[in-house]
Amino acid sequence: MTAQAIIQSLASGLLMGLLYGLIAVGLALIFGLMDVVNFAHGEFLMIAMYVSFFLFTFFAIDPLLSAPLVAAALFVLGAVVYLLVVRFAMRAKANAGMVQIFSTFGLAIVMRGLAQFFFTPDYRSIPQSWLGGKTISVAGIFLPEPQLIGALVSILAFGGLYFFIHRTDFGRALEATREDPGAVALVGIDKNRVFALGWGLGAALVGLAGAIMAVFFYIYPDVGASFALIAYVTVALGGFGSVFGAFAGGIIVGLVEAVTALVLPPSLKSVGIYAVYLLVVFIRPRGLFGSM
Amino acid sequence: MDKTFAARRRRDLIVAAVLAALAALAPLFVKDVYVQNILILTLMYAALSQSWNILSGYCGQISLGHALYFGIGAYATELLFTKFGVLPWFGMLAGGAIAAIIAMGLGYPFFRLRGHYFVIATIVIAEIGLLLFQNWEWAGAAMGITIPVRGDSWLKFQFMRSKLPYFYFALVLCGLAWFVTWWLEDSKWGFWWRAVKDNPEAAESLGVVVFNSKMGAAAVSAFLVAIGGAFYAQFLAYIDPESVMGFQFSLLMALPAVLGGIGTLWGPVLGAAILIPMTELTRSYIGGSGRGVDLIVYGTLIVLISLALPQGLVSLFSRSKSKNQAKGATR
Repeated sequence: MTAQAIIQSLASGLLMGLLYGLIAVGLALIFGLMDVVNFAHGEFLMIAMYVSFFLFTFFAIDPLLSAPLVAAALFVLGAVVYLLVVRFAMRAKANAGMVQIFSTFGLAIVMRGLAQFFFTPDYRSIPQSWLGGKTISVAGIFLPEPQLIGALVSILAFGGLYFFIHRTDFGRALEATREDPGAVALVGIDKNRVFALGWGLGAALVGLAGAIMAVFFYIYPDVGASFALIAYVTVALGGFGSVFGAFAGGIIVGLVEAVTALVLPPSLKSVGIYAVYLLVVFIRPRGLFGSM
Repeated sequence: MDKTFAARRRRDLIVAAVLAALAALAPLFVKDVYVQNILILTLMYAALSQSWNILSGYCGQISLGHALYFGIGAYATELLFTKFGVLPWFGMLAGGAIAAIIAMGLGYPFFRLRGHYFVIATIVIAEIGLLLFQNWEWAGAAMGITIPVRGDSWLKFQFMRSKLPYFYFALVLCGLAWFVTWWLEDSKWGFWWRAVKDNPEAAESLGVVVFNSKMGAAAVSAFLVAIGGAFYAQFLAYIDPESVMGFQFSLLMALPAVLGGIGTLWGPVLGAAILIPMTELTRSYIGGSGRGVDLIVYGTLIVLISLALPQGLVSLFSRSKSKNQAKGATR
């Protein structure tokens, strides 16, 4: 194994890790806001990939350009899911954790069923996008363009989110609602509106990831499942509720996956992620950046 | 409806005995193999869900990784049978014991985790198990193991001509899981578990050994689920990692209890009796098109039921039950 090969896989791992971070940030935002894990997160990603695919197929809009449209579509989906399902799940007094898990899980099954119904179980791909199949070579290291753009989008989106949470009125409302949903009502903040926007925002972030990933991944109804598990692991690794933790967790997960793929057969590449995750939560049960 | 806890327990036992006797007679009337198959699966999932309910319902440690124990039961039985000629009965017990030991070994780190951290850790550990079995050449890797046909015999627990022996075994397993739950409900452990579920800190301060009681729940739960896995492997006569350790089993085990009523004695049985026939029927009548209509129906029902009845279907039947339970707990 040459140094070149190691640097190459670390670079690829970093790019992939930034995308994992982008997928996980939305999940962490929703969790941080209201303590709910969205078990349909992978299906949000899947829907985003299909939206991107159809925008390309029917309107010839390149995924690179359609990404904001996809994010907007997912924003609506996220808000609707909150208003139709999660809002009621949060009212459960008995077995609250169970109700959240199974209502969002049931939703995931419905979304997969709908995707199968409307789009068939066939594998689809976007054949000729602007970025598809192109690579950039830097000092002998090959970087695929779609992943490179994905990484840039991820950094920009995270920066934007960070600014949004800490510098805008709505971000402050978000933060206040997170800290005390009861008290914000007294100052005229509608909890449901804030939560719906939070869900929309979380879904829009995963929408961006989906639009980019549609360029270099096959699109099929079950595609979300494997990424969702990685996203849960990423969020838990970084610490539930910490948006920064999710982003950092994504980078760690990408790098660990790349290193694992160097030493183990490709079919075992996820084992490295899971092992590192278990190690971290056993040492720090609240994840790397999770608050007690 | 002013029954004491002890009277309710006696009544539960009688109802269970009557139901089991009626179920045992069912094959006299049900000759259709397709329907028999549904009955067997219903009993198996009732047993699995009842076992899952011990750790996740009574003790409150929500596991979505019980497929690991199911797969271990299946693999232990079939590896011992095909590689060493050990009879499935012993393989089944070995699988149960291995699963219980692994569950306790995992308990050391896992039971420090709270809430979603615990749930995700259980999903991850089952996923690791799945990946390892998919890559373990000696155990057949992703191709799995085809169980050689040795004819109809109770000794080898293999039946080709009729499904009825499987039906009776599943009935016994379901009865066993129910009885163990019934028995534990009124034991020291049962009370400890409910205390741990409601408030671990308070339980600890009152002298409940929280950690040990979680360990006990994990071991019993894993043991029974592994027996179910061993049964399923013999029943299908073929196993591969995805078909015995896939995430869907973790979910299918949890759903009947969630639907029927989590942490209740009758919830898993009631949930399985409704959910499994419904799953099988939607799959064969509207799922055949491969267009996912069965998924849509199934998923919608899960969402609606978990939102409308957070305490499960048993809460419809017995409004007084929770009151009695509280009385029993404080007597």
